[in-house]
Amino acid sequence: MAKQEIMTLNVGPHHPSTHGVLRLIVELDGERVVSITPDIGYLHRGIEKLSESKKFLQVLPLTDRMDYMSSGTNNLAYILAVEKLLGIEVPPRARFIRTIMAEITRINSHLLGIGSAAGDCGAVSMLLYSLREREGCLDLFDETTGGRMMLTYYRPGGVANDLLPGFENRLKAFLDKFPKKLDEYDTLLKNNRIWLKRQVGIGYISREDALSYGLTGPTARGSGIDRDIRRDEPYEAYDEVEINVPVYTDCDAYSRWRVRMDEMRESVNILRQLIAKIPDGPYINHEAAKYVLPEKPRVKDSMEALIHHFKLVVEGLAPPRGEVYSSIEGPKGEIGFYIVSDGTPHPYRMRVRPSCFVNLQAIQKMGPGNMMADVPAIIGSIDIVLGEIDR
Amino acid sequence: MSTIGKNKPTRVYRKKKPQEANILLTTASAIINHSQRSSLMPLTFGLACCAIEMIATAGPRFDLSRFGWEAYRATPRQADLMIVAGTVTNKMAPVVKKLYDQMAEPKWVIAMGSCAICGGVFQTYSVVPGVNHLIPVDVYVPGCPPRPEALIHGFMTLQMKIDQKRNFSVSPVKVEPGFRGPTRKEPF
Amino acid sequence: MTVNWNRQNFSGEDPEQHPAVAALRRNPGTPVKEVAIFRGEVSAVISPEHSTEALTLLRDDPALAFDLLVDVTAVHWPEREGAEFDVVYQLYSHGSRMRIKVKVPLADGQEIRSVVPLWATAGWLEREVYDMFGIPFAGHPDQRRIVNPPNFEGHPLRKEFPVQGRVRW
Repeated sequence: MAKQEIMTLNVGPHHPSTHGVLRLIVELDGERVVSITPDIGYLHRGIEKLSESKKFLQVLPLTDRMDYMSSGTNNLAYILAVEKLLGIEVPPRARFIRTIMAEITRINSHLLGIGSAAGDCGAVSMLLYSLREREGCLDLFDETTGGRMMLTYYRPGGVANDLLPGFENRLKAFLDKFPKKLDEYDTLLKNNRIWLKRQVGIGYISREDALSYGLTGPTARGSGIDRDIRRDEPYEAYDEVEINVPVYTDCDAYSRWRVRMDEMRESVNILRQLIAKIPDGPYINHEAAKYVLPEKPRVKDSMEALIHHFKLVVEGLAPPRGEVYSSIEGPKGEIGFYIVSDGTPHPYRMRVRPSCFVNLQAIQKMGPGNMMADVPAIIGSIDIVLGEIDR
Repeated sequence: MSTIGKNKPTRVYRKKKPQEANILLTTASAIINHSQRSSLMPLTFGLACCAIEMIATAGPRFDLSRFGWEAYRATPRQADLMIVAGTVTNKMAPVVKKLYDQMAEPKWVIAMGSCAICGGVFQTYSVVPGVNHLIPVDVYVPGCPPRPEALIHGFMTLQMKIDQKRNFSVSPVKVEPGFRGPTRKEPF
Repeated sequence: MTVNWNRQNFSGEDPEQHPAVAALRRNPGTPVKEVAIFRGEVSAVISPEHSTEALTLLRDDPALAFDLLVDVTAVHWPEREGAEFDVVYQLYSHGSRMRIKVKVPLADGQEIRSVVPLWATAGWLEREVYDMFGIPFAGHPDQRRIVNPPNFEGHPLRKEFPVQGRVRW
């Protein structure tokens, strides 16, 4: 007679529906999941160790490549921590520019998150639609920063260069047609019986468990935790705009999807408010001469500017001794940097508080009880990026 | 496997005389190469950031379907092109090798991005400095990440390389005396 | 414009005024060795024997209610004999929107009690600290390497470990 026992299934690290190289060891009782154990580390590149041997500005491109879908917010979190350590101000125009880039990054990241979640569940056209919308955002990034995905645009004290003339018009044109596309996606998925069957009740995690597992971002807001760092601890230009934070209390994959869709609409509103209010002025704080590269014409004229330029490029900026922790609301949760400095131009310890790493741990609680076929839907609803999990 | 021959690549051509206008003359090798290069099936093997640009290349704007390459296959048994897009770490290295071994001949490899070519920015304890330490690479596409246009240029370079492949060798291959064929211990 | 570094809900200059520090000082079972403030962030140093009780107090006290363990990490100070590692806990309270850092100095090889019973987040965060630094956590349900391969030798984030590693390709 056949014996019945728990079957262990290995999913990944190379699998069509993982968001990178994630390996799951799934124990199944027939078709029901008994336990899921993620095995990570297939993309561990040693960014924290590497940043101890680089100068502060050389660490900036490394932060781009962690959560590679939202490099604008990774950069912002790092630069805010460095500026806090240095104690320098940022001019108002630079703060607005950085907030605009952060919100476009949020739209970008949510689009691909929703697109790949839907693609994993079979709605492949949603993936291609989201890629099409992303091209609009990537064009805006390309013209301002020079890079499509990896921005590396911020510097301590501001941004690397000013917005091109006409940027506001192009952004307004994008914002005019984007909400209609969001309505299209709502029509495609929101009341779709198949989507509802695949998402409602899947990946349930209660509010207490979400708090205990330290979830942040849309994953937590889908479980009823009303927290958004942009509203609670405002940074950059967020205290000058009005933010409505969507919170749903159903605690399943469908409510996490709804939170992301509503956040994209909210980002459109925030961007409209920001463009209306953006002030003129310098794009970087040239007063902080010890930490900010001087303008090129001045380098050729003034001896002092030349010396500062030389010291900054050859030695790097040297912050005071101390340690800071600064976190922002990234598209996937709270991303923070804990930087310990001992006065030298290299960070003594740079720790990244990763949003997806902490969120993925909760899959051990969300998984059991669902069917095997729901596991890709659960991973898609947490919206993970392995670059940040493994660093 | 594939060799770049010293002969000029054979082209498909058509006779222009009116009485022979409907006859197409070519060689078998050219037809085989042309069919192979126009319908490659890439393996879905995005590791890191370059995977997003690879997906964007398959997306609506930079359409990979015009090359006939949009049929990504998740299983290595059915794929013939492996685009290593992203950083290969020490933990992932045996998996890359296993997948490459599972692919059937003829197979090609594109190393996309600087991490796959040389380890990229990450010269650390856990990163393999280039995927060519593990598997033979046909085309290297530099960039961090390479723009979709750059990746398409890499694809077209691979297409030119496939065009030059000799399918039927004229002279017999030289074999050392005592060679009994590939074994498990020495597969090559 | 004046820069507001301190985005949390505690804007004092004196770290003793921070409610968490005051509560820890009041409780006789959790002596605070030193307190520091830098750019508005308050950190309290507690010795390893009292760390679990201090964190339990911070989580359970209804006035404080630090219900989110934001991060667990460590810093390696090789010159400090006897206290080479600093295990740093970052806590956040949803109710009062305040943050606090709790630092626990440890010697090389000394154990510290795991806080997995308090916050389930600590499961993977402490595994990563063990993987990167080699600090053992007593009572951790699943202590093994998480980001490095299982047969990896050494603990990479220690200062004596070279960036390029010990194995050459």
